[in-house]
Amino acid sequence: MTIQEKINGAGTRPASLLPSGLTLNDHRNLILERTKASGHYNGLETLEFKESDPIGYERIFSKLRAGLVNSREVAKKIAASPIVEQEGELCFTLYNVAGDCIATSTGIIIHVGTMGAAIKYMIQNNWESNPGINPGDMFTNNDCQIGNVHPCDIATIVPIFHEGSLIGWVGGVTHVIDVGAVGPGSMSNGQIQRFGDGVQITCRKTGINDTPLRDWLHESQRNVRTPKYWILDEKTRIAGCHMIRDLVEETVREEGMEAYEKFATEVIEDGRRGLVSRIKAMTIPGKIKTVAFVDVPYAHEDVAVPSPFAKIDTIMHAPCEITVKPDATWRLDFEGCSRWGWHTYNANPVAFTSGIWVMMTQSLVPTERINDGARYATEFRLPKGTWTNPDDRRTAHADAWHFLVSSWSSLWRGISRTYFGRGYLEEVNAGNSNPCNWLQGGGINQDGEIHAVNSFETAACGTGACAVKDGLNHAAAIWNPEGDMGDIEIWELAEPLLYMGRTIKTNTGGYGKYRGGLGFETLRMVWGSADWTMFFMGNGYMNSDWGLMGGYPAATGYRFEAHNTGLLERIKEGKSLPLGKDRDPSLCELEKHLGPDALVKRDKQCITTEAIFENGDLYLNYLRGGPGFGDPLDRAIADVENDLNQNFVLPEFAEKVYGVVISQDKDGTWTVDGQKTVAQRGAIRQARIARGKPTRQWMESERQRIIDKDASVQVQQMFASSFYLSERFLNEFKTFWDLPSSWELKEEELGIPMFGAKHHMDLSELPDVHPVIMTEQ
Amino acid sequence: MSNFTKKQVSDLVKGSLDWDTLHMMLSMPKDKERYANYMSVLQDQVSWDDKIIMAFGPHLYLAETTADKTLVTKCSCGHDFGDYRTNWKLNALVYVRDDEEKMQEVYPKLMAPDTNWQVYREYYCPTCGVMHDIEAPTPWYPVIHDFQPDIPALFDWLDLPVPVNA
Repeated sequence: MTIQEKINGAGTRPASLLPSGLTLNDHRNLILERTKASGHYNGLETLEFKESDPIGYERIFSKLRAGLVNSREVAKKIAASPIVEQEGELCFTLYNVAGDCIATSTGIIIHVGTMGAAIKYMIQNNWESNPGINPGDMFTNNDCQIGNVHPCDIATIVPIFHEGSLIGWVGGVTHVIDVGAVGPGSMSNGQIQRFGDGVQITCRKTGINDTPLRDWLHESQRNVRTPKYWILDEKTRIAGCHMIRDLVEETVREEGMEAYEKFATEVIEDGRRGLVSRIKAMTIPGKIKTVAFVDVPYAHEDVAVPSPFAKIDTIMHAPCEITVKPDATWRLDFEGCSRWGWHTYNANPVAFTSGIWVMMTQSLVPTERINDGARYATEFRLPKGTWTNPDDRRTAHADAWHFLVSSWSSLWRGISRTYFGRGYLEEVNAGNSNPCNWLQGGGINQDGEIHAVNSFETAACGTGACAVKDGLNHAAAIWNPEGDMGDIEIWELAEPLLYMGRTIKTNTGGYGKYRGGLGFETLRMVWGSADWTMFFMGNGYMNSDWGLMGGYPAATGYRFEAHNTGLLERIKEGKSLPLGKDRDPSLCELEKHLGPDALVKRDKQCITTEAIFENGDLYLNYLRGGPGFGDPLDRAIADVENDLNQNFVLPEFAEKVYGVVISQDKDGTWTVDGQKTVAQRGAIRQARIARGKPTRQWMESERQRIIDKDASVQVQQMFASSFYLSERFLNEFKTFWDLPSSWELKEEELGIPMFGAKHHMDLSELPDVHPVIMTEQ
Repeated sequence: MSNFTKKQVSDLVKGSLDWDTLHMMLSMPKDKERYANYMSVLQDQVSWDDKIIMAFGPHLYLAETTADKTLVTKCSCGHDFGDYRTNWKLNALVYVRDDEEKMQEVYPKLMAPDTNWQVYREYYCPTCGVMHDIEAPTPWYPVIHDFQPDIPALFDWLDLPVPVNA
């Protein structure tokens, strides 16, 4: 059961928008109280409408769902941004009066929760009194302190009325190319606080009488680098919302208001029951522990930030204890997470909890009936002060995905253990790739205009392995179930970057009996720009995915950029060119086709800030692979042979990791010797036994390292940060390692800046602000 | 709800199930009898008699011993990791990839983690050498007890008698 603050309406009490005469806030609080008391949404212990008129109920659902999907498909054609039009980074969602989701379209369905949180914020902060909620109004929100994922997700929210009363809301969201942050691009680096994170709009009334306000149009367009894309995205959202509003009005005319109202609450209880039923049908009750990490390497010289206290290496820590209860509800507790930081990867609890459904729709809730019901069957605990729930209103969130998606990878792994345990192997997923790199930048483009880019090729990455088959190659990122890498020709229109090559990325899928899906790489040459910068955004020093039940994590990232390449001269002279296929980064294949004065950066620093790129410079966009499943020595010989002949794995690692004995004929075709491989695999298993230490024996040496404080500063900072926020995590750590009671580790010992560790100010401390709280904290 | 034969579940476990049936398994409501078929398939794969009641991995099981009905974690080779409530990893062999050379045995240069940030811990069966799990944490991280099943609750869900020592 989620917790909700009860806030009495502040300010003038307007005429009620509801036939009941209640304020919106009182209406919502009654629903929450009935839900809490009964365990059923709005106290609905029976689904009267569904049970008495199942066809009528399904008719309304089908009509609304089809209309939502249709509106998304039609509206996205208005957008010019490839992020929306090609990658499908938009969705539309229908809410009841209380701001709880009834149904949603396809697309980036994380926004079921984020737009719902914005509606609840307006309800809880008495928007009905000021600025007022009227037919024909439009509200715009992208405020991360309310629950938005990152500022580039702009939501338009339209109230729906019937005979003078509010009957619901519709929200539409698009991921825009740029929000005017310090760093160009929609998920940029460089800024470390909200004040550099781009324009943030707090549920602002931006339209009346179905018309955007002129001051909004003028102000918003000049606050971003890409106004043409911005305004077409806005038209996309408005068109979709109005189509759906028309649909609801039509449904009410056809089915009657009473039926619609009943449907709008019963469908949420139906969704809650659906998750409970699926948990019981597929999982195993018990406790699952899991964890994920992300490197934040900000001490490097190629990370330029405005404040010296941000120039430190840190690690994001996301432990999670999943409890599947005997009543088939579940609890996700993130006790022990590290503190928020001076970077753009912080998250709001709503972004966290809502985002999980994107993942779960692909296993636990694989139906069209995605709504807020699943949330009511789930307990979340996101401790205040951690990166999942910052206690400071200065935090930046531009690339919250970087931490969010990484932490979710461990949830796949954890819940998959229960699917596997009782035989539903087809549902197992070893995790998701760390969906990156994010190629971003900006300047003056090939059309002579101020521009910014965020290549959404990242919408296609390798997926995690299943327990019965390999992960999909360059297929989809977890956050967009309909993700696509996009057409080269479209990206070349949108970006001053020519494609030198686009190739599957060798050796990127985690090894295993079933390997993770492979990522891909594109080599881009800057072309036609005037002033241009770019930067990298991904994982390099660490993995966030792990592999499952003996499978390896996917490969980590690396950076390749080249300047002063001499390529323009080489093109004129007809010399060889780098065409991608950087299959083994240790061989430096791309450098063989550059001029003698080329300046190359090839290293593991996968987070950088704006660097100048001239025409002819190169940027390797490497999209990661997914983690593997099962012991690689169990991989079918024919599958390894195929991997070799498709350049999916380098021969050296086929031999070392898969234990195959191979030969290559004069045409370059690889063959695996089955008989010798069986013997070789037996020898590798014996070698493992010879080199492995009993775990308890190894623990003694590791314990001594802890007592000696023998670890890098970033590792110690991560632990110290989690210890400070969680006594429970500290005690569990000390108990596990049998440390003396006097042992402690504090950030003060590490000699690094600690801004924000002890002194901070939460959003709730602002006057007349009542944040929406929907998780334990 | 669909029903699947033991042969189909066996093919699923082997990874040889045809796509049409696999797709049906994915898209249809789950078959409650899968558990019994799965346990039977797994039991056929091992040479020992202790009764498998859950799978922790392709080679790792929770089994009820025939001798005294205790519940233990057990490798497919027969190695006994002890009471299932204890983290089996503590009774395994571990190999830690904690320097660049060890990492480059499994990934090319630049494509493995930096061991100042992250290490790989490979857990092997002390008897047969199968790799049951890989952890990828920071140095110092406690060994993770991945899964502690609530056996009585599961058997209640399955409408089956609860193992006596659960």
